Amino acid sequence: MSGVSFESVLEQFPGTKWDEAAGAVIAPLGQARAVAEWLFGQGVDYCSNVTGVDYLEREVKEKITNDDGETETITRTESGRVDVVYHLYSMRDQAGPLVLKQRTSRDNAEAESLTPVWRSCDLQEREVYDLFGVNFKGHPNQRRIMMWDEFEGHPMRRDYTEPFDHEWEPTPHNEVLEKHQRGKVII
Amino acid sequence: MNASTETSYELLEQDGLETSLLEVSMGPHHPSTHGVFRMDVKLDGETVVDLQPVFGYLHRNHEKLAENMSYLANMPFTDRLDYFNSMTNNWAYALAAEQLVEIEIPERAEYLRVIMAELTRLVNHVALVGFFVNDLGALGTPLLYAFREREKILDLFEQASGARMMCNYFRFGGLRCDVTEDWLDECRRVVDRFPAFLDEYEQLLSENEIILSRTQGVGNLSSELAINAGITGPMLRASGVSYDLRKVDQYGIYDRFKFRVPYTDGDVGDCYDRFMIRMLEMRESIKILKQALADIPEGDIIGKAPKVFKPKPAETYGRVEGPKGELGFYLIADGTPKPYRYRVRPPSLINLTVLRDMCIGQKIADTVVILGSIDIVLGEVDR
Repeated sequence: MSGVSFESVLEQFPGTKWDEAAGAVIAPLGQARAVAEWLFGQGVDYCSNVTGVDYLEREVKEKITNDDGETETITRTESGRVDVVYHLYSMRDQAGPLVLKQRTSRDNAEAESLTPVWRSCDLQEREVYDLFGVNFKGHPNQRRIMMWDEFEGHPMRRDYTEPFDHEWEPTPHNEVLEKHQRGKVII
Repeated sequence: MNASTETSYELLEQDGLETSLLEVSMGPHHPSTHGVFRMDVKLDGETVVDLQPVFGYLHRNHEKLAENMSYLANMPFTDRLDYFNSMTNNWAYALAAEQLVEIEIPERAEYLRVIMAELTRLVNHVALVGFFVNDLGALGTPLLYAFREREKILDLFEQASGARMMCNYFRFGGLRCDVTEDWLDECRRVVDRFPAFLDEYEQLLSENEIILSRTQGVGNLSSELAINAGITGPMLRASGVSYDLRKVDQYGIYDRFKFRVPYTDGDVGDCYDRFMIRMLEMRESIKILKQALADIPEGDIIGKAPKVFKPKPAETYGRVEGPKGELGFYLIADGTPKPYRYRVRPPSLINLTVLRDMCIGQKIADTVVILGSIDIVLGEVDR
């Protein structure tokens, strides 16, 4: 890509990392806004797509070569996280994409809002807040967008369970009885 | 950098009487909102002081649905995003999925994809212009003219795919079924006759005094704000930015065709510009269609694709120039037959970002015109 390359971002901001598998620049918490402003100054004027990705805690099997030169499989636990992904382009230079990610924890998901830099993040960050439960610091108008205001929970989280909203059943049986016995929420 | 426009507003006391702002909720059942869409408008007399779009009434969490089924099973659901343009929705999804695996697409399929996409553009723009003048108060006649032409193209879609609107015609690596020689002849006839309709339509509308006075200088959008707010498609080009993914990315075989990208010269970007850009774009689409229909080769319509679509772990973002703007699909594969993450970048939703900026200071009746000129489909906004 002509224009801004990811190497120059990594050079400018030593805190950022390059994720080869995803092809994305990972900005550490608290630095995304600075990276975005710098990119904007370099001519990256168009933020196309903003979205979230939820990763549960999982066990990953990896093949490694040990000291004796033999391959063995080890299991390690990868902690859960939420990524906020930005696809950036430059309309001026007709270049792109540059993928920028903010990585945050699942329990206390917080990210920096890039809406003050690119207005196109406005509605999309609201959507990420609504469906993934990521709190955007500095967003001018953070409200639910797809779901109604009274809604509880964030449906795009991978461990989301739908609320118990079956109609009242006079003689519950089988599956419905089980749900009634479990209480308000299907586990 | 453009932060959200702040408006401070002072109420005037007139003749010793206190005045107050009037809050109106337009929609969700208002005919001008093209579906279930609501605008919370604050009015000073007839002038709009504040506006907030409210939507989500049609939300069905399309993305979660897609993450729970196989890649191909989701193809028919993409039809239902922007139900006017199912062919380009299919293409955008197929394009993103094809980036995950290596599939060679046969020549004939590439040509047919372009033909279908450009026919879709005609369908969308002709219907949009019809609805737009309908919003202006020209009830019925122009819309029926538009639908008459749209019907001819929908008949072509029906012959090719079996469905008028929910076509489900694209597959990873090609298309679902081939078209006959008769179909191509019929398509050539429809395309040849289309410019005559456009001439008539343009003569009828583009110099109409009412349309001129209702649309010129209404809902201005500067190019700087348009780029910053991620506006794409005809709306961006009406603000004076030449950015068309058919030229920039040259996906498919768009590099083989000669066509121009119409965009305005100034920095006004009013409703009339957005209306005229669509009229001009239809003429360019016809140029592409004529070239594609002349060159289309014989051959297969689907490449060698694996029976079970099971890409290796990767991330991809595929985008096409849909009739409404940049339609993108972001896919994360994790080695299973289902996508780990599936995201649609809906042009209709993001083009709504600037609705408030365009409407403030305009009359309440003009918000209807401005919304009509954005060209939204609620199936795509809400997903």
